[in-house]
This record gives sequence, C-alpha cells and structure tokens, in this order.
Amino acid sequence: MSQSSDVLVIGAGVIGAATAYFAAQQGQSVTVLDKGLPASGTSSACEGNILVSDKELGPELELTRYSLGVWHNDLEEHKKLWEFESKGGIIVASRESSLASLNRVMAVQNSYGVDVEELDQAALREAEPHISPEALGGASYREDCQVQPMLVAAHLVRLATEAGARFIADTPVTGFLRSARDGGRVTGVRTPRGDFPAGAVVNCTGTWAGELAAMAGVEVPVLPRRGFVMVTEPLPPMVHHKVYAAEYIDNVGSSDAGLQASPVVEGTPAGSILIGSTRERVGFDRKVSTAALGLLARNATSLFPFLKDVKAIRHYHGFRPYCPDHLPVIGHDDRAPGLWHAAGHEGAGIGLSAGTGKLLAQALAGLTPDMDLSPFAPARFGEFGSVRHHRNSEHREEATA
Amino acid sequence: MTTQPVTISFDGRPLTAAAGQSVGAALASQGITAWRSTRKGGKPRGLFCGIGVCFDCLVTVDGEPNQRACLVEACEGMEVEGS
Amino acid sequence: MSVTADVAVVGVGPAGLAAAVAAAEAGARVAVVDAGNQPGGQFWRHAPESVREADGHGHHGWSTYLDLRARFDAARGAGRITYLPGLQVWMAERTGLPGSAEFVLRTTAAVASSGAAPATVAADRLVLCPGGYDRQLPVPGWELPGVMAAGGIQAFIKANGVLPGKRFVIAGTGPFLLPVAAGIAEAGGKVLAVLESSSPSAWLPHLGAATGVPEKALEGAEYAAVFAKHRIPYRTRSIVTEVLGPDKAEGVRTAKVDADGRVRPGTEREYADVDVVGFGWGFTPQMELPVALGVETRLDADGSLVGVVDERQQSSVPGLYLAGEVTGVGGATLAVLEGLAAGAAAARPDSHVPVKQPAAIARHRRFARAMHHAHPVPAAWQDWLTPDTTVCRCEEVTAGEITEARDSLGARDIRSLKSFTRAGMGWCQGRVCGFAAGCLGAGPGEMPDAGSLASSAKRPLAAPVGIGELAALDN
Repeated sequence: MSQSSDVLVIGAGVIGAATAYFAAQQGQSVTVLDKGLPASGTSSACEGNILVSDKELGPELELTRYSLGVWHNDLEEHKKLWEFESKGGIIVASRESSLASLNRVMAVQNSYGVDVEELDQAALREAEPHISPEALGGASYREDCQVQPMLVAAHLVRLATEAGARFIADTPVTGFLRSARDGGRVTGVRTPRGDFPAGAVVNCTGTWAGELAAMAGVEVPVLPRRGFVMVTEPLPPMVHHKVYAAEYIDNVGSSDAGLQASPVVEGTPAGSILIGSTRERVGFDRKVSTAALGLLARNATSLFPFLKDVKAIRHYHGFRPYCPDHLPVIGHDDRAPGLWHAAGHEGAGIGLSAGTGKLLAQALAGLTPDMDLSPFAPARFGEFGSVRHHRNSEHREEATA
Repeated sequence: MTTQPVTISFDGRPLTAAAGQSVGAALASQGITAWRSTRKGGKPRGLFCGIGVCFDCLVTVDGEPNQRACLVEACEGMEVEGS
Repeated sequence: MSVTADVAVVGVGPAGLAAAVAAAEAGARVAVVDAGNQPGGQFWRHAPESVREADGHGHHGWSTYLDLRARFDAARGAGRITYLPGLQVWMAERTGLPGSAEFVLRTTAAVASSGAAPATVAADRLVLCPGGYDRQLPVPGWELPGVMAAGGIQAFIKANGVLPGKRFVIAGTGPFLLPVAAGIAEAGGKVLAVLESSSPSAWLPHLGAATGVPEKALEGAEYAAVFAKHRIPYRTRSIVTEVLGPDKAEGVRTAKVDADGRVRPGTEREYADVDVVGFGWGFTPQMELPVALGVETRLDADGSLVGVVDERQQSSVPGLYLAGEVTGVGGATLAVLEGLAAGAAAARPDSHVPVKQPAAIARHRRFARAMHHAHPVPAAWQDWLTPDTTVCRCEEVTAGEITEARDSLGARDIRSLKSFTRAGMGWCQGRVCGFAAGCLGAGPGEMPDAGSLASSAKRPLAAPVGIGELAALDN
C-alpha cells in the first residue's frame, strides 16, 4: 500500500475532507489518511456553524464570505446530505452599552456588504418570541447558516473517493519522507501501514497540527481552546435562529486563558436545543467542568428564561484549534517545501472549510487561488514560530491524555 | 398504611389506581398501552423497559413534562397527560 | 444539600445494599445514593412500604434481603449510613485535590414530583453498584406498545402487584426468561410460550462449572414445577421474528432457528391474541459512571463492557470499587458477595483483611461464564431485521439507515453511527440501542468491541438534569 499520489491529506476532519474533495475535483490523485475515522476530532464536537456575524473585518471575513459562496454554489447539490440550514443568526443586546457597541459593529459590517439588519425590541420578539424580556434589541444576520459537521466530513470524504481519491482509516502519521536532495523536500509520510509518497502533503490535523508540523521540523503554533456545548431534551420549536449575546464577539477574539462563556442558543431540526459555548485555554484537559456547565446554564437562562425548566440530556466538548493571531494557517510552508497546512480555524472551521478546501486545491494544482492566501501563510510565524515554549507544553499534555 | 385506591386523571378523564402503583401501571392495568406519539413518525408509545432507562413512557404530570410513567407513583388528584 | 462520607455507595440493589452494610459495619461513615424510593434495586423491587408490607412473594433470596435490610436500617439508626433515595447521579467526578474528598457525586431527583432534594455527596472512596438492564435485539415490530423488556414486566409485577396485560409471549435468551414467565403465571397471566434462541443441551458442556452452585439447580427445579403447573410451553432454538400490530402488539410470528440463529424455513408459526411481548437478551451493565471516572474496562463473555476489578473489587482507579453487574453480569447472589467484599475493602482501604468468601465469588463467576456461553447472542440475529426495522427507538433510526452509514460513510463504531444517523442521541442516550447499533456497525455476524461499547457508554451527563439546577451550581 505505498502507491504515490499527487496530494496526501492528513486528517479526515471537515478541513481535510473539503481539501480532498476539491483536490479530487481538480483531477489530482488524492490519498486521505486519518488516525481514526472521519470526523472523529473537533469536527464531531462543535455546533456546525457557518457564521458571518461573529467575524472581525479583514482576511477572516473575506474568507468567510468566499466560503459561504462555495457552500451555496459548488456544494449546492449536496446540501441535503449534511442538513444545511439557512437559519440566520441573531445577536441580542441586553444592556444599553452592548446595544450601542452592536450598532457600531453593524454599521461597519454594513459598509462591507454584510447582510445585517437592526431589530428593535418588537422585531426581536417577533423573531424569537421566547427571548428574555430584558433583551433590548438585536441584529439579524440572514447569511448565517448551519450544517451537521460530522455528515459534512463523512460525505465529502465519500464524494472524494467517488471522484477517485482513496481514504485510509486508522493510519496515524509517524514521520515524513524527506528528499536527500532538493533541500530536504517533504515527499510523503511514514505510517505503521507503510510509506505514502506524495507530491504534496497537506496537514489538516486541526488541534494536532502543531505536533505534526514539529515532526517536519517547523513550528505552527496551533493551540487547543476547550469549549463545552450542552444539549437539551427534544422540544417543540422554541428557538428559531442561532441566538447569541453581543458579548460573544468579544470572547471570540480574546486570548484570555480563563473561562469565558457567552450564551449561544439555537434549536435543531431534531428538537434539541444546543447551548454553547465556553472558551477555555486548558490544554487538552478532558475533565468535565462544573464551573463551565453552571456558567453555560446561567447565561442560557438569562437569554431564554424558559430554559430553566428544561432538562439537559448530554453535553460534549471539543478543542478549537486556534493560532495566537486568531487567523488560520492555510498554504504552502516555505520552511519545509512540499508540506502544506490547513488548520487553526478555531471555532470557524466548519464554515471556513469549504472555502479553505477549494482555495487550497487551486494552489495545490498550481493555479492562482480565487483569493489571496498570503494573510494565512504559515511562514508568518517566522523560522521557529512565535510561541515555541507554550506550544510544546500544551502538546506534552496531549501526549499523556 | 394507606391502602385506599387513589383517583388520578388521564387526559382529563378520571382513573382509579391502587395505592402505591406507578402511573404507568395505573394506565396499563386499565388497558391503556400507549400515551405518547413519537416526534418523527407520530408512532404510539407506552411502557418498555419498566425501570426508568428507556424514557419511552414519558407523560406530563401536574404540568411537569417528560416524566417517566414507570417511576412516578400515582397520587390522589394527580393530573396526567400524554403527549 | 451537601453530604460528606468516608464511603459513598451508588445503587442499593443486591450489590449496593451489601456494600453499604459491609462498609458501615466496618466502621465507615457511608452515604448511599439510589434512584429508587426504598432499598432493593430491581431484583428486590417491591411495592411502596408505605402502602404494603413486603412479604417476599415472587422473590428469590428474600431472606438475604431481609438480613441485609435489617442491618442497613440498624446502621442508619446508628447514624452510620446516610440514605439518599429518589436521586440519580448525573455526574461523578474525581477531585484529585489532596486534602479534600476524592470523589464528588452530583445528583438530581429521579422523579420531579417526589420532592427529593438534590444533594452533593463528597467521599474518600466510592463503591459503584448501578446494576444493569435488559439487553435488547431489535426485531420488526418491537417498537409497538405492548412490547416490553422482560425485566420490565418482572419489575412491573413486583412493584405494582398487577400485570401489564393478559396474554404474554416471552422471548430472547438466558435463564432469566424463566423467572419472568413464572412470575407472570403466578400473578395470573397466561404465558403462551417462552421462546429461547439457544438450546438447553448447550448447557451440558458447562455443567462442570455449574456444579459448585447448587442453588442454581434448585431454582431451575422450582421454575420447572411452575412451568408444568401452568403448562407454559418452553420452546428452544426459537425466536420471535416479528411482532404483529399495527398500533399495538397483537400477535407474534415465530420460527425455529439453527445454532447460529438462522431461521429454519418452514418452521414459522403465529401466535394471535397476544397483548404483551417480553424480550430479554441478557443484560447490559450501566457503565456510564465507571467510564466517566476512567476505569479500565474489558469485554465480558456475554459481549458486555464491564469494569476490571482486583480481588477486593477495586477498579483501576484507586479508591473506586465496583460490585454487581458492572464487573460482569452474574446475578444477585454474586452481586451480594461482591458488594460485601467491596464495602469492607472501601471501609478499610489500607488494611489487608482477606476477602470473605473468595471461593464462592469465583464459583459464581464460573457459573455466570458458563451461562453466557450457553446463551449467546445468536450470530445471525442481524438477518432477522428488515431495512425499515427501528433500531434506535428514541430517534427512530432504522437498520437500513445504520447499515447505509456503515457502508457508505465508514461508520463502524457506535460513536460514529451516532454522529451520522442520530442512533443513540435521544432521551435514553443509546442505553437501549447501543449494543444492537454496535453489532450492525461491526458488520454481519459481528459484535461491538470494547472501544465501540465504551464510546456508547460515555455519557457525560449520567442522567437528565434541569438547566435551572445547573444554573444554581455554586462554583
């Protein structure tokens, strides 16, 4: 099992799956390896958001809008497979001060062409009848959508294999093949199932991306940021959009190591309500945190008081892969020729996956990508990366987990 | 010891249960085998595991939804509704 | 409310009752949490004591229960046991903090209207005795009202003193089907047939192992007498192939099977005028709390995920003891022996007091192993399904949807199947369908491996809990 491919994708999460899918569509021969099964990492432990509303202006917003186009156009015919839902997002402000900030954000977003509409108290109540009486107003983002992320990853892998790619499960990468000449070019990977030579190797391993990059001798500072999501008993439709508090945006962009939570509440087609979401930098600690659950519950009931009489039937947590500058790493790694990365999308990986995969596939095929990828270049972290010490300590923890 | 039968209501009609019986037993011993419809297929459901594991027998008790009929003891005046 | 104790015991069935008594009598302060309103668990379930005095009718080992109960009540009276009934543990944690209790249990009322106040229990050692429930294999029509777990029928009779119907068919495998059918008949119900997929001749090679357990032979003789008295047909190598509806169980279709469970053509027959069908395919131990606390697990002879314990019933987690079905399904007598050993060891973790009755424990485990080998899950059971047979009752996921996710999306374990199909995502969190879905994921003739079962038993909320209660968490 060592036949060569043009592109070897490591990781069958949603980013790897999208990259493999679009690379196969480009006519490249593609192999996807995963240490487990498709969507068994962060892709299976998130909410499946495709959000415009929480993005800061700049390259991430641009990538978001590009990706949204890919979801709606390139992937249109497959929408049903992954329960694509254009549910729309609503940001709610419950304090005068946050309402003022929200209005400022809206004005700027509007000027950049984001579809955002102000909701006064009456309009907000019409959109979400069970919202807290303390909610003062909000903003409606019709472009926000949602998918079932595990189905996205699994079906994109399946569609890629139907287009000629091969997928091999339970195959961890243990090292890289390097050329003796050519400046030590990465020419494939080593696994317990043998060597897999490839023209290009793409690191799509999410929270493990830094560790994998280190095997190739380069620093990619992807860190885990834990998040909990609570799931309620099935209910009749009570929450119609993805509803979150104005403070949520501040937390997304924060690097604070402490526990943060903003209410993010949404209904699902199955009747359960998802309550997110906390952000903690605690390495790969899988221990359940009552502090996090308590905070989630308090925040959710402040947004939707009826939830206090509802039962939670499960919760899950995942590790968002994030970079210190909150931008993903996408593109060729000039420090290790032959190695590419697509990781570090933090809480936006599902939404950004479609665009990331398509752009990367264009670059892998030697084409000029539809969008400039230089803001996401791996080399921005310098020769050794900027957070070397921290990254290592985080990953040591993971190795023993 | 109370051995007097108790009267509960099920979807508005009165039902007699022996003291100490579960709501599920009160219903089943009156020949009522289903009191809930499934969310997706609208299929009838009643008791299954009988010990609180399967959550198939859910009823609303005195306004509190999603109670396991196999575990709730029938008490005088209790209002039980299917769903 | 907060309770601190030397030893916390979860569950107060045969294992938990014995563990609580043994720990208290060894001098420990004990806290006992149980979902039921009175001691006994499922095995010694009885009508509310406020209504009628339990007379042990229809029970086995009742004198053992009375003895343990008297000692339990005495220890409560002496203040050595704090009994917290009507509460379910929704989360068990290890604090890992030196100087504070090692284990913390968070609880919620099992029944909202019961008035049981949630308590937080902190203890240095923990004995988990959560028991198990009937294992299920889906067949067409098993989701119809009137179909019950075999143990559910038994619990219904023991707790309520009445029957859930009039005319019964009991099917599945294992010696447990016998007391279920006998209990129905003794309570006045008509058992049309007991269908056992295995064959008693399968017992013969294992009788050697069973000889050390004479009471099992005695029990068998009792059931034989009840079966004869009520003329209950006991059909071996037979299964229910379909429960007939349309809106509730009204009959069953049955067939003879070969040793692997394949239907033998031409042996089909129908039982009409049935109102309750009981299924039991062995038991599934309640593993969410042991798994949440990180114990080492293994696959037992019956294909169940169980916890690994040493001779003192201690798991791989120091201070955490397991007794009863979570160490291997073996029945009430074994559970009591394990509970006594676990309770005594948890009370005095550092002393090297020898385990009482180690030979009896070993004998009962051998007997249990022999029973598991004699009553396997039929290898060909997946053939009984049609693509539209419901597998996950909560989310109404069919066998066809599961095999499709397996074949086209590569979902082999219960966790992936859950992600892709929602099987196991509903109210019961895969407790009922987990094993069957795992078999389907593993492929025809296969059963789930320990990893797959552990992925199903991973339930970070061990019971539904009110969001209002979570919001009141003080830290």
